[in-house]
Amino acid sequence: MAEATQTAQHGNKAHSHGGYASAAEVPLQTRSERVRSTNVADFAPIAPREEQWRYLSASKLNGLDADSLEEFSGDIATKHPENVVTAWVGPEHAAFGAAGMPEDRTSAAAWGSAAAAYLVTIPSDAEADCEVQLTFTSHDLTPSAAHIIIEAKPHSKAIVIIDHKGDATLAENVEILVGDEANLTVVSIQDWNAGSVHTSAQFAKLGRNAKLKHLNISLGGDVVRVSPSASFAAPGGDVELLGVYFADSDQHLENRLFVDHSEPNCKSRVTYKGALQGDGAHTVWVGDVLIRAAAEGTDTYELNRNLLLNDGCRADSVPNLEIETGQIQGAGHASASGRFDDEQLFYLQARGITESDARRLVVRGFLNEVIQQIGIPEIEDRLNQAIDLELARSAS
Amino acid sequence: MTILQIKNLHVTVDTEQGTKEILKGVDLTIRSGETHAIMGPNGSGKSTLAYTIAGHPKYTVTEGEILLDGEDVLAMSVDERARAGLFLAMQYPVEIPGVSVSNFLRTAKTALSGEAPALRGWIKDLRSAMEDLKMDSGFTERNVNEGFSGGEKKRHEILQLELLKPKIAVLDETDSGLDVDALKIVSEGVNRAKGNTDLGVLLITHYTRILKYIKPDFVHVFVAGKVAEQGGPELAERLEAEGYDRYLKA
Ligand SMILES: Nc1ncnc2c1ncn2[C@@H]1O[C@H](COP(=O)(O)OP(=O)(O)O)[C@@H](O)[C@H]1O
Ligand SMILES: [Mg+2]
Repeated sequence: MAEATQTAQHGNKAHSHGGYASAAEVPLQTRSERVRSTNVADFAPIAPREEQWRYLSASKLNGLDADSLEEFSGDIATKHPENVVTAWVGPEHAAFGAAGMPEDRTSAAAWGSAAAAYLVTIPSDAEADCEVQLTFTSHDLTPSAAHIIIEAKPHSKAIVIIDHKGDATLAENVEILVGDEANLTVVSIQDWNAGSVHTSAQFAKLGRNAKLKHLNISLGGDVVRVSPSASFAAPGGDVELLGVYFADSDQHLENRLFVDHSEPNCKSRVTYKGALQGDGAHTVWVGDVLIRAAAEGTDTYELNRNLLLNDGCRADSVPNLEIETGQIQGAGHASASGRFDDEQLFYLQARGITESDARRLVVRGFLNEVIQQIGIPEIEDRLNQAIDLELARSAS
Repeated sequence: MTILQIKNLHVTVDTEQGTKEILKGVDLTIRSGETHAIMGPNGSGKSTLAYTIAGHPKYTVTEGEILLDGEDVLAMSVDERARAGLFLAMQYPVEIPGVSVSNFLRTAKTALSGEAPALRGWIKDLRSAMEDLKMDSGFTERNVNEGFSGGEKKRHEILQLELLKPKIAVLDETDSGLDVDALKIVSEGVNRAKGNTDLGVLLITHYTRILKYIKPDFVHVFVAGKVAEQGGPELAERLEAEGYDRYLKA
């Protein structure tokens, strides 16, 4: 689509098109210059002037802005086939820190505070039916930290579902290592009770010709901020970052994505869709894509759409595309937030469908574009049910 | 026997230039089995009448009443009207992204009959109705009206008419944008619905050509928000020859 010959970036406004902007819109800081550190002291205090915290004030973090946190004291229940190995590992382990490094303060605080990481290793002989479930359950609002590492060995195939339930104030790092030729699906579901606060940095690193489908579903919790990022260790990687979120009254759901194209011939697709309902519902989507000079043949597209079901909701949507080479396959983005279309409601009601059922149908349909792409019927059904529940919760 | 009565109906719409009266005293009575053609020039208020019967929130009734078997239709919500037996085939059917035709139809049927249709019978009915309308079987997997051609949208409206089995149907320019073959197929669908369920039809059209396929019992000429003249099928033939000029000059 776009054929860029110089560095160009645009952002900080919601819009929808597939080109790139002129040099006049060069940002304050390019994504590659951002602080990356495991030391919380390297990060400025959380304040609105920090781009990363523009939309979320420290006071809403319920203590996750502290320099050090307790270790997560809730339960991490695991279900997996026998050939999958789980273990607690320390920073000396080769996988620890292999997928990425914190790029914000809560992620760094979590890194320093969780002494051990829970490592899930998918062996090379794992086949497509390999399904791993990690269920976080907590009933404690103490600000705490957790660190998960998922290592999919070369040529493996697997699905990993991370479920977050209960009450928590949790800063989390999830490292996702996708070995050469591996094919991994990671589903992260945030379905906390009201009163919970959760920040989660999810770093993925893809090997040669590796494939990752990452699905991020945020439903419950007062503040949920997930920052999925993908980088490439070798050419030929293919990453799909899918997201669905549903915010109701006074909920803040934020998603900050970063795809770092540093290797040639990699592909990325970002598709995030959100629905907002109720007074004070606020969602934020920031999608950064950086195509470095070496990343020739890159093919990338990112999309975010939000459906505002009533007044009093706010959806911020900010795509940023930085392109440092003209030798690419394509680069584009689209972002739009629109109000619920009453004509759709009328059409459905004119067929006898009640208003609440009609709303449900429209919202589910809107989010379906993402859910249909999961490709695993059981998970699609499960998510549809979760969304129905969320809709029922919002309606009552 | 069902009877839909529209009495002295006045309707306004809020525009940027203020409130505008569009319907200025409409009187009409439609009974089961009858077909009434409403013919009128563009902008005369035909769609406004159709939408008002269905309960579109943009239109405000300032005077008059609509009764279905004596029940006050204006007091009903949009979905209550549909469940009471009214159906509107829209001039511009709305796209519903992400909602498949099959899901939509099943949801509507369930809402109208109060229980989910038995799966086997439903699928059989759906298939045969689609075959009659010469619709491809893959059609049900597409999203409602999304990317449909003009003809597909109209067939889909008539498919709903046949499956949902209303008592009175308002067809708003179902003929517009159809080629002759599609017009025949769609008209046959309406005629089948009439034959099967003794449907009463309010057929809104700008042109006379659909009346070759769907024979009206009554023709109402609609001009400037009310019925200017009414008669039998012969009135349509006169309009065919003379057009609406006679009414517009008056
Ligand atoms: N929602 C609306 N907002 C503003 N004006 C409208 C609206 N609906 C109809 N009108 C106006 O009312 C008149 C009748 O429109 P309509 O009922 O669509 O006529 P017809 O279907 O006979 O072509 C037109 O002048 C049209 O512009
Ligand atoms: Mg019209």
